[in-house]
This record gives sequence, structure tokens and C-alpha cells, in this order.
Amino acid sequence: MDKFLTFTIVGLATSAIYAVIASGLVLTYTTTGIFNFAQGAIGMLAAFTYWQLRFSWGWPTPVALIVVLFVLAPLFGILIDRVIMRGLQDTSETTKLVVSISLLIGMIGLAQIIWDPNVSRPYATFFATSKPLAIGPTTITWHQLITIAVAIAVAIGLRFLLYATRIGIAMRAAVDDRPLATLNGARPHRVSMFAWAIGSSLAALGGILIAPLVPLEAGTLSLLIISAYAAAIFGRLRSFPLVFVGAIVVGCTEGYLSGYLPQNQYLPGLRLASPAILLFIVLLLLPNPRLRGRTRSREFFPMPSRRGALGFAAGVTAAGVVLATTMSQPDLVTYGRVFSVGIIALSLVPLVGFAGQVSLCQLSFAGIGAIVMAHLGHNGNPIALVWAVLITAAIGAVIALPALRLSGIYLALGTAAFAIALDRWIFTLPKFSVFGLFNIDLFQQGSVSVDPLRLFGFTFDTPGSQMVLLSSVFALLSLLVVAIRRGRFGRRLLAMKDSEAACATLGLNLLGTKVTVFALSAGMAGLGGALLGSQLSSVSPQNFDLVTGLPIFALAVVGGIGAAGGALFGAVSLAGLLPLLAALLPSVSQYLVILPGLAGIGLGRNPNGAVHDLREGFMPIAKSRIVLVATVVVLAGLYAIRMLDAIDNWTYALLTMTTPLVAVVAATLLRRERADGVVPLEWRGVTEPWTDDDVRDLDRVLGLTEVELHGAARG
Amino acid sequence: MSNLSAVEPPDNPARSNETGHQDHNLLELRGIRAAYERIDVLFGVDLVVPEASVVALLGPNGAGKTTTLRVAAGLHVPSAGDVLIAGRRVNGAKPEELARHGLCMIPEGRGIFPNLTVRENLRMMTYVGRSLAEIEEIAYSRFPRLAERRTQTAGTLSGGEQQMLAMARGMATEPALLILDELSMGLAPIIVAELYEMVAQVARSGVSILVVEQFASTVLGVADYAAIMVHGRIERAGRPDELAADLSKAYLGG
Repeated sequence: MDKFLTFTIVGLATSAIYAVIASGLVLTYTTTGIFNFAQGAIGMLAAFTYWQLRFSWGWPTPVALIVVLFVLAPLFGILIDRVIMRGLQDTSETTKLVVSISLLIGMIGLAQIIWDPNVSRPYATFFATSKPLAIGPTTITWHQLITIAVAIAVAIGLRFLLYATRIGIAMRAAVDDRPLATLNGARPHRVSMFAWAIGSSLAALGGILIAPLVPLEAGTLSLLIISAYAAAIFGRLRSFPLVFVGAIVVGCTEGYLSGYLPQNQYLPGLRLASPAILLFIVLLLLPNPRLRGRTRSREFFPMPSRRGALGFAAGVTAAGVVLATTMSQPDLVTYGRVFSVGIIALSLVPLVGFAGQVSLCQLSFAGIGAIVMAHLGHNGNPIALVWAVLITAAIGAVIALPALRLSGIYLALGTAAFAIALDRWIFTLPKFSVFGLFNIDLFQQGSVSVDPLRLFGFTFDTPGSQMVLLSSVFALLSLLVVAIRRGRFGRRLLAMKDSEAACATLGLNLLGTKVTVFALSAGMAGLGGALLGSQLSSVSPQNFDLVTGLPIFALAVVGGIGAAGGALFGAVSLAGLLPLLAALLPSVSQYLVILPGLAGIGLGRNPNGAVHDLREGFMPIAKSRIVLVATVVVLAGLYAIRMLDAIDNWTYALLTMTTPLVAVVAATLLRRERADGVVPLEWRGVTEPWTDDDVRDLDRVLGLTEVELHGAARG
Repeated sequence: MSNLSAVEPPDNPARSNETGHQDHNLLELRGIRAAYERIDVLFGVDLVVPEASVVALLGPNGAGKTTTLRVAAGLHVPSAGDVLIAGRRVNGAKPEELARHGLCMIPEGRGIFPNLTVRENLRMMTYVGRSLAEIEEIAYSRFPRLAERRTQTAGTLSGGEQQMLAMARGMATEPALLILDELSMGLAPIIVAELYEMVAQVARSGVSILVVEQFASTVLGVADYAAIMVHGRIERAGRPDELAADLSKAYLGG
């Protein structure tokens, strides 16, 4: 009984923290429609800042608290709202998700820049020296008492704010009908700014309260909040009382798990993973609240042409060969992950880009693929690749079944929970056997070695040969993705993304379609993971955890998740440009960790993705046959010169990169010369935008008198 | 009352503005063009709401009536043309600023917040600078049924009561210009008649009203002027009796 009471108190204190953070999350979600994945990261930053002020600089506790909670955190919230979130109206759920995930990545990076992760930072609880209070047979520490009191105060304060003040009522009004709130005279920007300021302040409060109880580490602290997400979902992202109930359920469950879970070698990971598992259960069992608003999305991904796809695949393979033959061994090791990460990113294209189903656990599938490769691919047996695809596809299909009833942010949270459960529990399991039939030994509680792949008697054991192999696999898979997009299955996926209801009324089997696309995508990720594993030669769970996977997702979406090029863009910037920048500018290399975050945050400005712009930019080359041929010839020539060692790598790289730019200029000039008055009338508006001049020409040919473009002649 | 100024009403609400009387008009739209994304909806709308008069905007579905109202209220930014209120160009003014300066638009459907109580809905009306007590007094005296339901969630009111609550804003905030979009939508005819009785009362108190309505006969009984809109343009404008004949032609596409 004493034990029960003790863990109830522990659980309630944790619940109180979750409740505070979750209510901030719900506040910003309901008033602005943005589910802030970075809520935990705000708390994390606040915890670090408080540590800095209070323990490093020795400020008095009240001053440090006031500065963090009432000055810095609200200002930070306002900054996020003004600079980032305001641009996200009318963007898709995926874009919003990527922006807030990028914020999370960026903030973890920022914390690691400012506070060296290798330094230990002692963090005292409040009134740590005071004696705990006795309640009956057990005791409660002052910190626990304060935490619970704070949560109650927050509950009362929020209730007062939302029901008794005009700005609070305006926040709730904005949830109901934002345009109507403006017609009443409420200033919506002020309302959302206020919500972000309070939400961020609550996150900070939770962060400071939780920090003394766990190691002060940016990633852990940011994801600890996954329990608060479960509480928020429990409150259906809307009802504050239910959020508090949810927080108590989640917090107490965690408390009792730590008290009553039997001690054996399989279960410590389960306790760490329990918040994620609880989140998953809450997502599955509770009816998902309707997501806010219909998103009229600004995104547009054109259908890839056969010719373009073949050109892209050929280009990728050529790039692989060129890199493999020109780069030094150490460089090949550094940049070798471009195409294996690319394959994992590519697995997102059918799932997220076509079907609109968000998955944050692709890297976990890759991890499973790598395990399969490690255990079944002795001496590089290529059958292991087949197994890797089949096993991950099967797991993907199994994950898809419960995930079927989830969509949007719920699906994102569910897959993130799955990834965390794998990271913290499954991947750390020691050897175990299933029904005494198989012995499964995942990462051997550390790392496993993976043999290089052998195919047709050739062993891919050098970085160069792996580069060629991976680029060809990427190229083939990109053709597969294009074939899907152009085929019947792709049309089904796109239709499902646009309207599930409409698809159901047309008799489309949503269940089969979703399971298939999940399995396909998981299989691709598994293949990527298996190849990555055999490239790295030794893999550990850290290679495949959620936080490592998030930048891949974010950057692929930044590149443009609707096309294979977007996946390549994501992989090149993550595994190619970042190491390159670090090599070029060693003095700032530590600051580069926030770049993926910044790139994702920039997505709000250009939801079609960077590749879309790049393609538009380089389109003139493809349109002019002469220039296209000339470009290829020049590139091949440069490669030949490089192979003869007449120029060094830097010169070669520079010339190779400038060639397409010169080609664009040349193509544009050539076309302008030819275009003067020669474009036939029936081709107007097809290759170039329709202009008033075209209307005039058309009128002249048809013998019409000049008419104003949109009429109004009768008015 | 408000900072929108007042002068004599001119004759024709949709007449062009070259006569130099624009100051007499509370609302004036000049050559408004508007588009949703790349789809043009309004192709040069000219419309005038003179001081202290009721203008009905009629026309078939998809003619652009609601868009015209949205432009006037600042909810939609026109791609060309000018919006003048009391002779002042207010292009690009935010809807909340216009609302605070005496423009009250009650949008299509129910212009209420369904998850707020009646009283909280009334509290939202205080942004125009009146106290909650004043607003409650006017609203409850006009619609006593709202007083009975003041702590009830607005979404649980009947359709008619919801529209009364919406209409209460048009009365309690005492705007200079009231814009009504499809007040009758989904309501029983008897309630529609009741609501338009209120509209007539508001009009008699000197408020200018621009109203879009499907029930042409109901609204023409209240309107001083009417304009018929077809395909994103004002097709005809004038006194209601002059337009009765054109009306069926416009609706049936003659």
C-alpha cells in the first residue's frame, strides 16, 4: 500500500507536468490549427535557459523563473508565430507538420550548439534541501507538491482566461469560425500571437519542472513530451478537462510501471517506451477528433513524363559512376550515404507524396532492413535483400492496419510512437526466441556487423562500387515510383489523398490501397536500410532512431515530396551538402546542425518544394535539343579530362556545376531569337503563359473588334 | 454612432460615380474584379449603397453576390477596382478594422459561434466599442428569447434563434452599414418574415443595408433599390418595381 501511494504521488507529479505542457499544445492547436511538434523542444530550450541563468550564472530563483517564464518564453512564442506559423495558412497538413518538425530539429540543434552535450549539468529540484512532507505512510517532496499545485493553478488560470476574458473568448471564437471572428472586430493575428505566447510559456513551465527529474539532454527532453501528446490526444485536442484527465492516466501509468514492472532483461526498455506505446493506444482507442478546417492546399506536383524519368534515372546512375571514379576513398565514405539515404527518402514519395499518408517511421523500417541484412546476409548473400524487403513490407502492412483509421497529425504521431517504441525497447532487446522456433537477436544490445553485398560473384566491398550500386538501385526505384505515379495504382493513391469519401463512393477499396502503399513504402525503406547497413558494415540502433530520421522526412518534403527528385534533393542536402559545408567551413561546422531545421521552416514559403523551382529553372535546356546535346557532350568531355588527371576534383566540380547554368542561359537566348513572332497561333499559351498580346492577335485573325479581356462591355 | 459619415441619398444605386455625388454614398464599389486563385468571379462590379437606404443584390447562384459582399466587408481582396466607404478609399482594409469602424456583415449560414454561449457570442460584439451591458440590453429587448437562453451554447439553439442571435449583432452594435448574406437560408418562411421585419426596423433607424437574398419577393418588399447580378456583373439596377420583370429573366438565364 505504501508503495502504491508512493508511486501514485510520483505519477501525479508527472501527470501535472504533462498536463501543463499538453494544455499549452491544445491552446495553440485549437486557436491556430497548427499541431506544434516542437512544444517539447520549447520546454527543453527553456529548461536549458533556466539552468544557465539559475545554476550557471547563479541568479536568484525567482528572477530566473520570471525571466524565463514571463519574458523569454512568451517572446519566443511570438517570434515563432510571427516568423514561421503565420505563413502556413492554406498549406497542407504535411507542410504544417514538416515545419513544426523542422522547428523541433532546429531547436535540438540550437541547444547542442549553445550547451555542449558532453558536459553534465546538475539541476536541482525546487526546495531540494527542504525535508519532504509526510502524508500518511509516505512522503511527498516539495518539488512534487509545487508541480501539482502549478498544474492546478494552470487549470484554473486557463479556465479563467478562456471563459471570462474577451481575448480568451475570442480565441475560442476563432476556433469556431475565424472569418466571423474578424467580422466581429477581433484581430486574429493578435489572438494567435497571444495563444503562442501562452502556449510557449506553458511549455517552458513544464520543461523547467521536468528537467530536474531526467538527464538534461536536448533530444531526450524534447521527446519526453511524447506523453504530453498522449494527454493532448486524450483531450481530443480540444477539451482542457479531458487533457488533465488524460495527463493523469498517462502519468500514473508511467508511475506504476516504474514501480511494479518486473525486473528482467527484456522490460527496462518497455518502461522507456511506455509513453509512446500509451500514445499509440490512445490514438487507436479513442475516436479521433475531426481535424480542423478543410485545407485548400497550394501544393501541386505535376505528372512526371516518361522521358524525364528516364533522363533522371540515367543522370543519377551517371552521377554515381562519376562520383565513384573521381572521389578519394575517404570522401567516398563521407558522401557515400547520399544514395542509400536517398532510397529511404524515396520510400516516402508514394506514401506521403502520392497517398498523403504521413509516416515518421521510415528510418525504423530501414533499421529492420539492416538487421535482416546483418543476420541473413552472411557473406553478402543477396537473398537477404529480398528478405529485407519482404519482412519490412510485412511489418509495414501490419503497422498500416491499426494506422488505417488515423490520418494527418494522428498518423504522424502514431508512426512516431512506433519509431520510439522500436528505438527504446525493441531495438535494445537482448536475444530472444519466438515460440522456441526462431532465435531473434536484433542489434545484440550494441551494434551488429553487416557483410558487404555479393551479387553475381562480385563483392561490393569498396566505397566506389557501393556508390555505383546504390545510385543504380536509386535510379531503378525512381523509375518504379514514376511508373506507379503514371499507372492505375498511382491514380488511386492520388484520388485517395484528395478525398477518401469520394473514393469510397466510387467503390475503391481504401483498406487494400492503404495497406499496399504502406507495405510498398516500408519495403523500399527496408531495402534502403539493408543497403545502408552493408555500406556502413556495422550498424547500431542509433543509426535508425526517430530523431535521426526526422531530417530525412523534412528535407524530402522541402525538396518536393511528390517526385523522386525531391527525395534525391533531401538526401543530397543531408548526406552530401551538409558534410561538404562542414569540410569547407570547419570553423562553423558545429552550427550546421540547425540547417535542416531552417530549410524545413522555409518550406512554409514554397510548399511545392525546391525541386519544382529547380526543374522550372532548368527546363529551357530540355526544350532545346541542341543545347541538351551540347550540355551532355560538355559534361562527358569534362569527365574525360578529369579521368586523364588534367584537372583536379575542385576544378572539375566547379566546371560541372557551371555547365548547366551556362546551358540555361544559352537555351533561353536561342529561344528568344527564334521566338520573335514565329510562335504559331495554335501554340500560344501552351509553352508560354497566355498574354494580352495573344488575345489581340487572336482577335485580329478571327476578325473580331477589340474586346476587353473579361467583358464588362455590357455593364 | 460611428465614423462613417452621412449625406443625402442619390437616385440610382448602381449609377456610375462621375456625377460627383460619391460622398452621398455610404458604400461604393467601383469596377471591382475578384478571383479565387485563377478563377475570375467578378468582372468589374459597380455598386452603390446610398446613405440610409436598403439595397438588395439579387441574382442566380454563382453570379458573384457573396463575393461582392466579401469584398465590401474586407474579407476578400479584389484584384482590381476600388472600395469606398463614406467616400474614403478603403482598399485592403482588414475586415476587423472595418468592423470596428461601423461595418457589420452577417455572413451566409449562421453568423454565430456555435461552441460559445449566447452571452459569450454577445461579448464578441463588444469589439465595436460598446459595453457588454449595452449590447445585452438591446439584444434581449429585441429578442427576449435570447435572454432566456443566455447561458446556452449557441449551437444548440434552433435555426431561427441562431439567426436572431446573428441579427442581434446588426442591431446591438448599431453599425452604419449592415451587410446581410442570405438571412433566410434554411429557415421557415414565418421566421424569415419575422427577421425581415427586424431588417425593416433597422433600416428605419437610418442604417444603410446591403442585402443578398434568394427570396426575391421578401427582400424587394424592404428594399429601396435593387441590383441584379449575372455572371459577375451588375446586369440591371433600379427601383424594385422597375426590376420585377427583369428578375425572372436573370434567374432563368433568358
